[in-house]
Amino acid sequence: MTDRKLLVAVGPHVRSSVSTTSVMRDVLIALLPAVVASVLVFGTRALLLEAVCVAASILFEYLFRRITKRTNTISDLSAAVTGLLLAMNLPAGFPIWMAIVGCFVAIVIVKQLFGGIGCNFANPAITGRIFLLIAFAGQMTTWPTANSYINGIDAVSGATPLALIKEGNLEALPSVRNLLFGIRGGCLGETCAIALIIGFIYLLARRVISATIPVVYVATIAVMSLILGYDPITMILTGGVLLGGIFMLTDYATSPSTEWGKVVFALGAGIITMLIRNSSGGYPEGVSFAILLMNILCPHIDKLGHKKPFGVGGAEK
Amino acid sequence: MAMFHSLPSIHVKHQKNTAELESVVMPVPAEVTISMSQHIGAPCKPVVKVGDTVKVGQLIGNSDAAVSAPVHSSVSGTVKAIGPVYSARGTQSEAVVITTDGLQTVDETLAPPAIGGELEDVLAAARACGLMGLGGAGFPTGVKLAALHSGTIDTLVINGAECEPYLTCDYRIMLEKTDLLLAGAELVLRHMHGGRAVIGIENNKPKAIEKIKAAAAEQGSKLEVLELKSRYPQGAEKVIVYEATGRVIPEGKLPGDVGVLVMNVGTLIKLAEYAQTGMPLTSRLVTVDGGAVAEPKNVWVPIGAKLEDIINFCGGYKGEPAEIILGGPMMGTDCKDDQAFLAKTNNGLLVFTAKEANAMAETACIRCGKCLNACPFGLNPAGLDRAYHAENVEALKELHVNLCMECGCCAYVCPAKRHLVAYNQLGKQLIRK
Repeated sequence: MTDRKLLVAVGPHVRSSVSTTSVMRDVLIALLPAVVASVLVFGTRALLLEAVCVAASILFEYLFRRITKRTNTISDLSAAVTGLLLAMNLPAGFPIWMAIVGCFVAIVIVKQLFGGIGCNFANPAITGRIFLLIAFAGQMTTWPTANSYINGIDAVSGATPLALIKEGNLEALPSVRNLLFGIRGGCLGETCAIALIIGFIYLLARRVISATIPVVYVATIAVMSLILGYDPITMILTGGVLLGGIFMLTDYATSPSTEWGKVVFALGAGIITMLIRNSSGGYPEGVSFAILLMNILCPHIDKLGHKKPFGVGGAEK
Repeated sequence: MAMFHSLPSIHVKHQKNTAELESVVMPVPAEVTISMSQHIGAPCKPVVKVGDTVKVGQLIGNSDAAVSAPVHSSVSGTVKAIGPVYSARGTQSEAVVITTDGLQTVDETLAPPAIGGELEDVLAAARACGLMGLGGAGFPTGVKLAALHSGTIDTLVINGAECEPYLTCDYRIMLEKTDLLLAGAELVLRHMHGGRAVIGIENNKPKAIEKIKAAAAEQGSKLEVLELKSRYPQGAEKVIVYEATGRVIPEGKLPGDVGVLVMNVGTLIKLAEYAQTGMPLTSRLVTVDGGAVAEPKNVWVPIGAKLEDIINFCGGYKGEPAEIILGGPMMGTDCKDDQAFLAKTNNGLLVFTAKEANAMAETACIRCGKCLNACPFGLNPAGLDRAYHAENVEALKELHVNLCMECGCCAYVCPAKRHLVAYNQLGKQLIRK
C-alpha cells in the first residue's frame, strides 16, 4: 500500500448521485420549453432578457460571496434558476437596467443577506418581481403584442387576459387553444401552458418535486373560480398560475417539507390568488402576492404533519 | 410479502458482485492479533502468557462479567506479545499477538457441549463458543438468548435480509450451510414453547429462499421463509421485527420486550456448528469487495488476521485504494490504513477507488425534505442537523435523536451531502453530557 492518505468518514460511504447542482440543473432543463415558447411568442427580446437576468444573478451572487469572504456557490446553479425565473416574470419589453435591479434585489437582498441558499424566507425571484412591480409599475404592466406563431395571422392584442376580465371585456379573451400555446399577453414564461406542463412532467419524472403543491394549488384555483363565478379553465391558463404553481411555489426553501404542510400551503396560495383576482383593487393578478404571503407563513405551516416517529409512545402503530 | 404497511426505505444499488462465488478458506497468515474486546460488554483478560504455545480453539481470553464472551485462538502457534491495539473505531483494547506455526493444530480438549433439555445448557454453549451477533452489532449471544427465560418470547426472527450493498457472506452461508441453519432454529425453538421461527430474506436472493424453503419442507421444520422487498434497511433489527410480526419496538426497548428474539443467520449457524463439533468461534466469512480489490471473494478469515493479509489473499490492490471500510458501505467503519485486524463482527472488507469513495463536499441544506421521506423511523434529520448545530438539547430530545439507528438513508439521499449520521451521533453525545 502506498503512503497516500485514505478517506476516513462517518457512513454512509456511498451517496446518491442527486446533488444540489443536479436538482437546479433539472429545474433549468424543465424551464427550457418555456424559454423556447417565450422566444416564439415574444421574439428574441425575450431571450435577451433571460440571458441578462441569468448572467446578472450569477454575477451578483459571485460578488456578494466574494466580498463577504464566503465559499462561492454559483456552481450550484441556484442563482441561474433565480435569474431565469425572474426573467420569466417580466414583460418582454422590460428595460434591461431595471431587470438587473430586480436581480440585485432577488439575489443580494432576499437570498444572500438572509444566509444564501436554503436560508431565504421568501422566494427570491417572486420577491424581486414584486419589488419591480411596485417600483416600476408602468414598465411592469406594458405588454408587447404576442406573435401568433401557430396561426400565421396577425398578432393578438397585448392586453393580458386577466386585465380583460377585470375590465369586463370578455369578448376579447383569447381562445383556449391560444392560451395553451401561449398566444396572449403576459410575462415571458407564463403564457404557454403546454411548455410549463412539459416542464412539470419532467420535474415529476426526475423526482425533483412532488405533485402535491401544483395539483392542490391548481385545484384550489378551479374550485375558487366556480365559487366566485369565473370560468375555471381560463383562470388556470391565465396569469402566472402554472408558472407560479409549478416552479415558484415548489421552491424547497420556502415551501413546507411535509405532505400535509404542502396541502395547506398550496390551498392558502390558491385562495389568496383568487381573492386578489376577484378584488376591486388595482391588481388583476394575485399569484406573486399569494406566493410571498404563503412563503412568510411557511415556517409555521412546516410544523404541521410531522410523522410520529416509529416506536414513540408505545408499541401501537 | 410482508403483511403490514412498509416503513420508508431507499433503493441503493445492490452491488452483490460476489454472490455466486463459493466461499474459500484463507491460508493462515504469519501472525494474528486478537483483540480482547470483540463485542459489546466487558472486555476479556488474557489467560495466556507471552511464549505460551496455543492451538486452534484454545481459550486465550475470558471474563467473569455478565455481558461478555470468551476469546479463542484462531491459529496454532506461539504468543509473541500482549499489549494495546487500536480498533478501526479508534478505541483501545488489549490484544494477544500470536506467531503462527502454519500447522493449525486443533486443541484436542475441544468436544461438543452437552446440551440437554435445559435452556441453561444452550446459554452456556453460546457463551463457551465465544459467540456474538455476527451481523455487526456484536451483542454476546449467551446474554441475548437469556431473554428466553422470561417465557414471553414467542417468535424467533432470523435475519437473512443482508440489505447492505456489496455484502454477500450471509447469502453464501445460507446456501452453503442450510442444514446448520435449520438445526440452529430447532435448537432455539425447543425453548420457545410452541412459538414460530421466521427467516427474513430479501427477494434479490431467490436461490437462498428456494433452498431454505425446500430444506425446511424436507426436514419438517417449522421455519417460515419471509420474502422481504430488496430495499435498504430491511435488515435493521426494528425494521425486520416489524416486517415479520407487525410489532413496534418502543423507544429504548429491545426486541425481547415485544416477545421477539432476533438472530443473524451467521450467528445461528455458528451456534449449531458449535453444538455439533465443539469448535468455538475462531474464523468467520467475510465479503471482500470494492473496485480497488483485484479478486473480490467471500473468504473464511481467522479472527485477528491483518486486513493487508486478507486483501493480499484476494489478489492485492487493483489501482490506488482511497477508502477501506470494515462492514457494509452504509453502516461500516472506515479504517485509516490496512494494518487493522479483523474482529468477530466484521462481515465485510471493502476497498474503494477514489471514484467509488467520492467524498463530495458538504453544502448548505436546501430544505428539500428528501431526508424526511427517507427515514425508516419517520424522524426529521434536517431538523436534527439544525438542532445539533444550534446545540439545542431540548430540540434534539423533542425530535427523538436517540431513536436514530444510524442506517444512513437520510445522508444517502441528501443532495447537499450533509453529514446527517455524524450529526446525529454528535447530537446523542450532546444529550448525554
